[in-house]
Amino acid sequence: MKVLMFGWEFPPHILGGLGTASYGLTKGMSQQEDMDITFCIPKPWGDEDQSFLKIIGMNRTPIVWKDVDYNYVKEHLGDGADPQLYYNQRDHIYGDFRHIHTNDLGCVEFSGKYPDNLYEEINNYSIVAGVVARQQNYDIIHSHDWLTYPAGIHAKQVSGKPLVIHVHATDFDRSRGNVNPTVYGIEKNGMDHADHIMCVSELTRQTVINKYHQDPRKVSTMHNAVSPLAPEVQAIPEVHDPKEKVVTFLGRITMQKGPEYFVEAAAMVLKRTKNIRFVMAGSGDMLDEMIRLAAARGIADRFHFPGFMKGKQVYEILKSSDVYVMPSVSEPFGISPLEAMQCNVPSIISYQSGCAEILNKCIKTNYWDIHAMADSIYSICSYPALYKYLREEGKKEVDAITWEDVGLRIRKRYEETLKYYYNN
Amino acid sequence: MKTICLYFEIHQIMHLKRYRFFDVGADHYYYNDYANDVTLTDMVQRSYMPALQTLLQLCENNNKQFKVAFSISGVTLEQLEIYASEVIVILQKLNKTGCVEFIAEPYSHGLSSLANEKCFVEEVKRQSKKIKELFGKKPTILRNSSLLYSDEIGEMVNKMGFKAVLTEGAKQILGWKSPHYLYHCATAPKLKLLLRDYKLSDDICLRFNNNSWSEFPLTASKYTDWLSSLPEGENVINIFMELQAIGVMQPLDSNILEFFKALPQEAAQRGIRFATPSEIVKENDSVAPLEVPYPLTWNDEERDTSSWLGNDLQREAFNKLYSVAERVYMCNDRRIKMDWDYLQGSANFRFMNTKSSAENMNRGIYESAYDAFTNYMNIIADFTKRVDALYPEGIENDELNALLTTIRNQDDEIKILETKLGNALAALEHFNQPEDKEAAKKDAAVAKNEMETKEKKVATKKNKKTASKKSKKKGSVVENKKAKPTD
Repeated sequence: MKVLMFGWEFPPHILGGLGTASYGLTKGMSQQEDMDITFCIPKPWGDEDQSFLKIIGMNRTPIVWKDVDYNYVKEHLGDGADPQLYYNQRDHIYGDFRHIHTNDLGCVEFSGKYPDNLYEEINNYSIVAGVVARQQNYDIIHSHDWLTYPAGIHAKQVSGKPLVIHVHATDFDRSRGNVNPTVYGIEKNGMDHADHIMCVSELTRQTVINKYHQDPRKVSTMHNAVSPLAPEVQAIPEVHDPKEKVVTFLGRITMQKGPEYFVEAAAMVLKRTKNIRFVMAGSGDMLDEMIRLAAARGIADRFHFPGFMKGKQVYEILKSSDVYVMPSVSEPFGISPLEAMQCNVPSIISYQSGCAEILNKCIKTNYWDIHAMADSIYSICSYPALYKYLREEGKKEVDAITWEDVGLRIRKRYEETLKYYYNN
Repeated sequence: MKTICLYFEIHQIMHLKRYRFFDVGADHYYYNDYANDVTLTDMVQRSYMPALQTLLQLCENNNKQFKVAFSISGVTLEQLEIYASEVIVILQKLNKTGCVEFIAEPYSHGLSSLANEKCFVEEVKRQSKKIKELFGKKPTILRNSSLLYSDEIGEMVNKMGFKAVLTEGAKQILGWKSPHYLYHCATAPKLKLLLRDYKLSDDICLRFNNNSWSEFPLTASKYTDWLSSLPEGENVINIFMELQAIGVMQPLDSNILEFFKALPQEAAQRGIRFATPSEIVKENDSVAPLEVPYPLTWNDEERDTSSWLGNDLQREAFNKLYSVAERVYMCNDRRIKMDWDYLQGSANFRFMNTKSSAENMNRGIYESAYDAFTNYMNIIADFTKRVDALYPEGIENDELNALLTTIRNQDDEIKILETKLGNALAALEHFNQPEDKEAAKKDAAVAKNEMETKEKKVATKKNKKTASKKSKKKGSVVENKKAKPTD
């Protein structure tokens, strides 16, 4: 089975959970021998792992015909690119796009990030997708997140192949209800055109059904999984101070993640005990407010803001933590507690997180219930039996959640979608 | 002749309240009175009253042929006294029919038999005493919390002088043997064992109203047919269940009461009779010893202690609780003794169960096993703090016990001396003459001196102990002094 996937991020250059999920998902699917995945991203860096799928860079796909010779193409396309693919794609340019700014190869430049002219990038992405969709051979189209929905729709219209969209988040999660109408419009349009919608949790599924008015029959839940820890990550030592416990919050410090509840719970815990430190790693638009809040509560001496963490640093901080807290107000899935549990860290998550649907060996509270959160933090720090239990059982539980299983479930959905698409 | 031994457990969970760690040291009341009131009242209305009324009718109408046994935990008796005394009244009426036997059990419905023999013995005795107060007869048969039993427990029970124990007829213990005989404890042969037939018991208390069960609907005649078709010689049929099986586990509209009403007649037609546990023990001989190396209960499929002590959380909570058992046993603080009873309740541990079979269990106010653990441990933290505050932590339990004994002995001695002093003073008044007076005065002075030196000795010994304890002790001495002359 050949799948054409549209995505926005792919490791190692990632900005959020979408990249991690895209990688795990495709890697899991590629365990099936007859699965052939082509993954489109705006801007490959050349160091992506292409051992199990083929990556197409949208910034290497021409949309304006240019007469260039082979060596020039080879030189200017960048690392890991195939000049022959460039020529094949050039044969499928389907319109006159000279009004769009392109480079000397006739390709659009993408930032690959989330720039201010995001809507323009999304639009360009879908124009380029038209070329890819005409040139490639595939059975089904799979679009990850709203940025690539227009590309997916375009590909579907060009090829007549069914479209599956993967909802990693909705704007209702990102904005606590203050939805951006343009984003909503793009999301809804994608869902309306999709033949099947996969949501990362039942929570998201309900949002899709109720807020985007989709037929429940074409919306399914496809929980994420977590990739096993790399050996170099496993080698990072766990550093624990026997006299002090470390409680960690890790993620973007934004409204969606509920950082203020973490600070308030910390204040409650620190009122009774002194041997616990709190760490809020990450950056975001609420960082300054949180620093002020911690100071106002008089806990700044025990509350730390180490800033944005990336790569190995994330695991270093996780491995020296005693408790991981994710008090998200609305989290479509939330892969980070799974990563914490992989590192043997007991986790406290909010019921409003999608991953709460598949995790049992962790403590769950409502995000607003700072009393329960404080109590759970205190409990894990003070009662070794609970710490030990959650540490060991949590690790066991999360190790059993694999992308390979997710890949098999996705395969099943594909087959059902294809059957339904061609029989009706 | 086949004999049915019908026994009901009456016990209600004591609900703990939401207790956060910031309450530790600040709030010493641990119970959710509202939940306790509501659940108990509901249980009484839906189950206990209708069930007991039916059983009372049966006892009154069947020429003393219908027999039944009950055991009521001490904590539940306390709750019934507060919220539903009508249950106690009807139990007393049942008692008067002479067809009912009351069975001893640990006061708290807890697991002290697995942790501390002294505490176990004490609470069984306390419960027996309470039963005697209410129903006029001291129990001679014991059943432990949820039929918990092992060889070790058997020995303890035997030492207390009980004739028999009720326990589960679990397959892992019986093997090919039948539960329909009387057995005895392997290590204490005098102690008899009555084994619950879990199939026949669960047919009533679990499956009666289950319409997907192949034997549905179960009628009294069908049931007694099964009993009479048991092999020759298998005469003891122990049907044990919770009283809430009638009315709650099997709702009243399932005609469960009609089933019980019909049971005595149907049984009589087939020559099956009823007996209380002590009659069974009297009439039957034990056929074999039964070795139970590991504890046995009527819980879950496993019929062991795994629903209370199956994971690390439960074992930690259990160990923490019983780590203060000795001190609680030694102390005289009424509030602490009361909390001790309620905190021991086995349900507190069951709420922390993480077995997959327990995923959908009703955990009361708790959302998960971890929640139950956290709440319980917070309470235990406060409780142990209070227990530790009674006596200085540095002293070993043995030493403390010795000191407490010394103090008690000295108290007795002081009492004797005070009586002497009182006599001397009386003599002084009696010989109300100037020359005698002086002699008497001398007597009194001698006695007083003697007493004071004794008191000083006591005081020096007591210096080892905390100031608070000392003042308390002195208070009691003063009380004694005051009390004496009026005697």
